[in-house]
This record gives sequence, structure tokens and C-alpha cells, in this order.
Amino acid sequence: MEELLHILEKNARLPVEDIAAMLDKTPAEVAAMMDEAAEKGCIRGYEALIDWERAGVNLVEASIELHVSPRKSRGFDEIASVIASFDEVDSVLLMSGGYDLQVTVKGRSFQEIALFVAKRLSPLDDVLSTATSFVLRTYKRGGRLYQNEEADDRECTVL
Amino acid sequence: MNYDQLLAPAAKAMRPSGIRKFFDLAADMPHCISLGVGEPDFKTPWSIRDAGIRSLEQGKTKYTANAGIKELRAEICRYLARRMDLEYQPENVLVTVGGSEAIDLTIRALVSPGDEVIIPEPCFVCYEPITQLTGGVPVPIATKAEDEFRLTPEALRAAITPRTKLLVLPFPNNPTGAVMDRDSLEAIAEVLRGTDIMVLSDEIYAELTYGLDRHVSIASLPGMKDRTIVVNGFSKAYAMTGWRLGYAVGPQPVIAVMTKIHQSCIMSAPTTSQYAAITALRSCDDEIEIMRDEYNRRRRYVVKALNDMGLTCFEPRGAFYVFPCIRVSGLTSEEFCERLLREQEVAIVPGDAFGASGEGFARISYAYSVDHLETAMRRIRRFLQEHGWLEEQK
Ligand SMILES: Cc1ncc(COP(=O)(O)O)c(C=O)c1O
Repeated sequence: MEELLHILEKNARLPVEDIAAMLDKTPAEVAAMMDEAAEKGCIRGYEALIDWERAGVNLVEASIELHVSPRKSRGFDEIASVIASFDEVDSVLLMSGGYDLQVTVKGRSFQEIALFVAKRLSPLDDVLSTATSFVLRTYKRGGRLYQNEEADDRECTVL
Repeated sequence: MNYDQLLAPAAKAMRPSGIRKFFDLAADMPHCISLGVGEPDFKTPWSIRDAGIRSLEQGKTKYTANAGIKELRAEICRYLARRMDLEYQPENVLVTVGGSEAIDLTIRALVSPGDEVIIPEPCFVCYEPITQLTGGVPVPIATKAEDEFRLTPEALRAAITPRTKLLVLPFPNNPTGAVMDRDSLEAIAEVLRGTDIMVLSDEIYAELTYGLDRHVSIASLPGMKDRTIVVNGFSKAYAMTGWRLGYAVGPQPVIAVMTKIHQSCIMSAPTTSQYAAITALRSCDDEIEIMRDEYNRRRRYVVKALNDMGLTCFEPRGAFYVFPCIRVSGLTSEEFCERLLREQEVAIVPGDAFGASGEGFARISYAYSVDHLETAMRRIRRFLQEHGWLEEQK
């Protein structure tokens, strides 16, 4: 199963038949494994890695570092799930180190994100402070290079 | 100057690589997708690169001992014992500039003018020209698809003459992907025992075998160590082609003479590479496994894709090549590959580049990402369809 998940993580669009060949299984077996992984929640979804800049679409992304006050009974879970429920929020991660939650947010403009932080995140009772940083450029995401794809510079044929 | 007259006849007679013009053609096609190279697409594992960098920081920039750093030779012995079931001492080891130099030295140390060198084909193309440069006589043996491109004892026996000096054993094989399992090797060993024939066992792909059995070295069979020079290296197992580092292990008297030649023409193998290689052998067994698993997935995918489109290939169990039969096209290997290149811009290598017995086949390397392989397979399928060589199934 782990091998299948690694293959899908790299390329979710491979036909089931090809994955089956790679794993030395039948397509039906692979399809069943994929269903099982989805049911168990191991596979959380399939999405495309899109370079919006190249697509000519304006999209602003910010990473927000939050200090929050954890609750006695539920720790960070409660505030984290409140924040996760906002549609604007792309990811919410509990971090070790200098701050508690790392939140990434996508929006159409800087103002939109600024407003979101000012009007929705900061006023939450358990949020002590926020530090918002805007993404200026994406160099690599999901293991793929966004700027200069590495050329295959192998020249020697080896006969 | 009349260079034609000046150049040494044996050097001039070396078979020119007909493939060159073919790949020059490919180089001019910006959208050409190649399955032609014979080296890993992985980068050298970071810990190995780091060890090389550290050695430079420490100023280790001098020649090493001619035979190679002692620590490296000791580490090679431990590695061969651990992974190949071979027992050698550091004085049996010569560190060389790639497996290539080790092959050159073995042949030069053993072969005199008129000596015959048996070379199973199709194979990597260096054995024949190096043999010819020494004045030796290459004796090719055609291996066959129906034997899974293994060397058979019958074919070997038929090729042996009183002048036979050396048998080249190039397994796991480039370009066929064939491996020799223990039983097949034992049958070969049985033919050789009681003769004076030496063996050059080119085991550069030893770490890249797929299936339950690991690679078996002929030197590990009873009575064979004394007549075998094992050539291996770092290029394929550790994705270190550019570091140019390999080695030969064998009987001390042979290694000693090879070391003398090496001393005269190379001095010592690259120092930085040798320090990096110590780390490779000490701590990168896991990295080998990760790369091998990835090759294995691609191998299964490519074999199935080719068989599905009627380019039948036996299942290769080693290296990173598949060797499909292209006879459904009715073309020669070279015509097939050239038209595939011109029409679909996919570069693969005609089988006859690896010896006459490769005619009717082509070499496809799967040292490429799955995405790259998929695109190539789509184009090859289209090529076959457009010429009516592929019956539509389903
Ligand atoms: C069968 C075989 N032997 C030896 C070599 C030499 O490799 P290196 O000189 O990089 O060690 C190669 C390279 O492709 C090969 O395919």
C-alpha cells in the first residue's frame, strides 16, 4: 500500500493499468487498494499543481504565523479547527518552534488577505498574535520546480 | 601531413560508432524525447557528494596510492563480502577510472597478439575494440532471445579453441537486461574448469537486479576465483557516472600487472571521487535500494507497455534496459530507429549497435522519469499505429 501511495503522490493521473504493471498486481487489485485508501482517508484528495503566474491569473498567497492560547481540555485542536473551517484557508499546521500555528491563505489580492486577517483571524479570542508574510515567488511546490526546470544534460549514449 | 598514413592501423581500424550521426540528428530536434542514455537519471546521493566536498575542504587534492586509497580498498573488500559473497584482501583490489579502465587493463594485462577473446553479444561495445588494440582476436558468441540472452555452455564450448585466452562475461547485460543465475553460471564454470581460460566478469550492474535472487558473481563459484577478474564500479549502483570511479578485483599476480599499467597511464584514480566512494560503500545500501525499487517499477511498466503494443520483449532482470524485438515492422533495427526518430522524435538505440546478433531489436533505457517514459510510449504506439504494425486490440 505504501508503494502505491508513493506512486500516486508523485503522479495521481497514471492509469490504473500502468500502476498495476509497476506494482506487479492486477488493475482490479490496484483499484480496490485505491478505494480502500480513500475510504480510510489515507488519500485526502487529488489536485493539480498549477503555476498560476504562468497561467496569467492573479493570485496572492500568504503564510501567517499565529500565536494562540491552547485550551486546557482540547489543546490546540479547537482553535485549529475553527481556523481550518474558513474557506479562504488553504492549510493549517501545528508547528514546533517559535510559533504555534502556520496558516496559509489564498486570495485575489493583498487587500483581501489583509482584510481576512484583520477581520476574521485576529479577532478570534484565542489568537494572541499574527505575523503575515506574502509569497513573492514559487520556486518549487509538490516536488516540482516552477522556475527553471532542470534540463536533462546527459549526453553520453553508452553503447 | 598525411595523417592517414601516420595513424596506427589498429587504432584506425576501430569500429566507428555509426550511432553518432544518429544522435547528432536527435540533438537537432528540440522536442526529441530520448530513451537512449545509459546512465542513471538520479543524482548521486547527497551524503556521497558531501563526502567529496568535505575532502576538498580538507585539502585532499593530491594523487593517492597507485592502487587507490587503502581505506577505500578495504571498504571495497567489506562491500564485496557483504553484498556479493566474495572474499578478497586489499592487495587484490585496483581502483580505476570507471569500470571502463578496469576492462581495458584486464584485457591489456592478459591478451597477447593472436589470443582469442570470447565475447557474448549483444553487449557493451568496448570489449571488442580494446581486444583489437592489443592484437587479440575477438570471438563473438550470439546470445539469443529464446535463451533469454544468456550465454549457454554449448555455445561457449563451441567457441573455445587452443588460442582462447579470455572469456568476457557481461552480466547483468547492457543492452539486453539479461542476468545469469547461479545454475547458468555453474554450467559455464564447468566448461572452464580444467582449462587455462581467464574470465573478465563485468558486474557493473550487479546492484541492479530485479526479482527474488540477488546477483551472483562467477568468482563466488567453486574454483573460479583464481581465474576471474571481477570488474565493478560506482557509476550505476550509486548514480556516480561523472565521478569516473570503478575497480577490478582478482588474483594478485594479475592485479599487480594491471596496477603497473595503471601507474604508467593514469597514476591514480580521481582523489575526490575515492573519498566520496568510501562513504558510498559505508552508508548507502539504503540509497541503492530506493533507486533499484524505482527502476523496478519503471521496468515493469515499460515491459508491459511494449508487449501491449506488440514489441515483444522477454522480461529483463537486470541493468536498466529493455530490448524489445522490432521485427513486426519488417524493418532493420537501424531503419526502425531512424524512422521512429524522424517521425515521432523518439530516440532509441538500434540493437545491432551492440553486435550483429542485436539486429531485429532495439535498446530502450528506463533511466527516465515515469512521465517521460509515458510520453515516449505514447509516441512509439502512435508510430506503430500509423504504419499499421499494431493490430488494434479490445
Ligand atoms: C556493461 C558496462 N560495463 C562497463 C561500463 C563502464 O562504466 P564506468 O566506466 O562508468 O564504470 C558500462 C557503462 O555503461 C557498461 O554498460
